[in-house]
Amino acid sequence: MNQLSVPHLDGNVLAGPLADVFAVDPTTAWHRCPTCRMPSSIGELHVYGTGPGPGLTGRCPGCADLALRAVAQPGHLWLQIGNGAGAFRFPLPHSAR
Amino acid sequence: MSGFSPGFRGRTHAFEGRLPPGQYPTESFPVLSAGPTPHVPTEDWSLTVTSETGESRTWSWEEMTALPQQHPTVDIHCVTRWSKFDTRWSGVGLDTLLEQVESDAGFVVAESYDGYTTNLPLEDLTGNKAWLVHSFDGYPLAPEHGGPARLLIPHLYFWKSAKWVRALRFTTENEPGFWESAGYHDHGDPWREQRYWND
Ligand SMILES: [Zn+2]
Repeated sequence: MNQLSVPHLDGNVLAGPLADVFAVDPTTAWHRCPTCRMPSSIGELHVYGTGPGPGLTGRCPGCADLALRAVAQPGHLWLQIGNGAGAFRFPLPHSAR
Repeated sequence: MSGFSPGFRGRTHAFEGRLPPGQYPTESFPVLSAGPTPHVPTEDWSLTVTSETGESRTWSWEEMTALPQQHPTVDIHCVTRWSKFDTRWSGVGLDTLLEQVESDAGFVVAESYDGYTTNLPLEDLTGNKAWLVHSFDGYPLAPEHGGPARLLIPHLYFWKSAKWVRALRFTTENEPGFWESAGYHDHGDPWREQRYWND
């Protein structure tokens, strides 16, 4: 299957939404892709769905395999690591959206 | 035609009763993505419907386009709050495809070429209100909008209308899909604002 290039941003755009639920800078978190074995940080992921949404999808910069999904809803952040099912819903501090 | 677009107030009035709560009308067609756009040549394309017992039926592009074609004009509603009125599509009614496979299951998971999935109650796919579409506004459906073929289920939020669909799988349980397992609602009725899991 060929893939056309479509716009994506780098994983640093995840810093804002994830910072509300992490005590350390999440963009430095390290990950080794289970599919192509390429190492990357969250900040280096290719992120789709910025702007219009419906959620942010972070993909391996090497093979585009799913690395994480983040869905912000009022009062909560849903975070799913890896490409299986089963997201965690974090409560957001009331100051955050 | 003049170069002026009709006033916003006028249009809103004309579409009164057609805008679900929390939505705004748009004339553009925003592209929402969860990954790279797959490019699937029609000669490599197929759609497979599989029952909960494993019985299946597959259509090639030629076979699918030889089925009776319908031309729905419908309003679509995205969970990101835009709605687009009177969109024109061509394709095959899902009734035509689903009735070819015997099943007692109450749910369907749509699977796409890019790995995307979404779950749907069967009753939302039958009764002449859901389609497999391959053209938009008289032209072949562009890859960024889900071409060569996508689902069109206009009475639900548009994330349910899976782009680049390649399979419909009957399931006895309602299995959450790509966004449903990350917080989005299992059903997604825009008139009831079923955006998130507990809405
Ligand atoms: Zn990879």
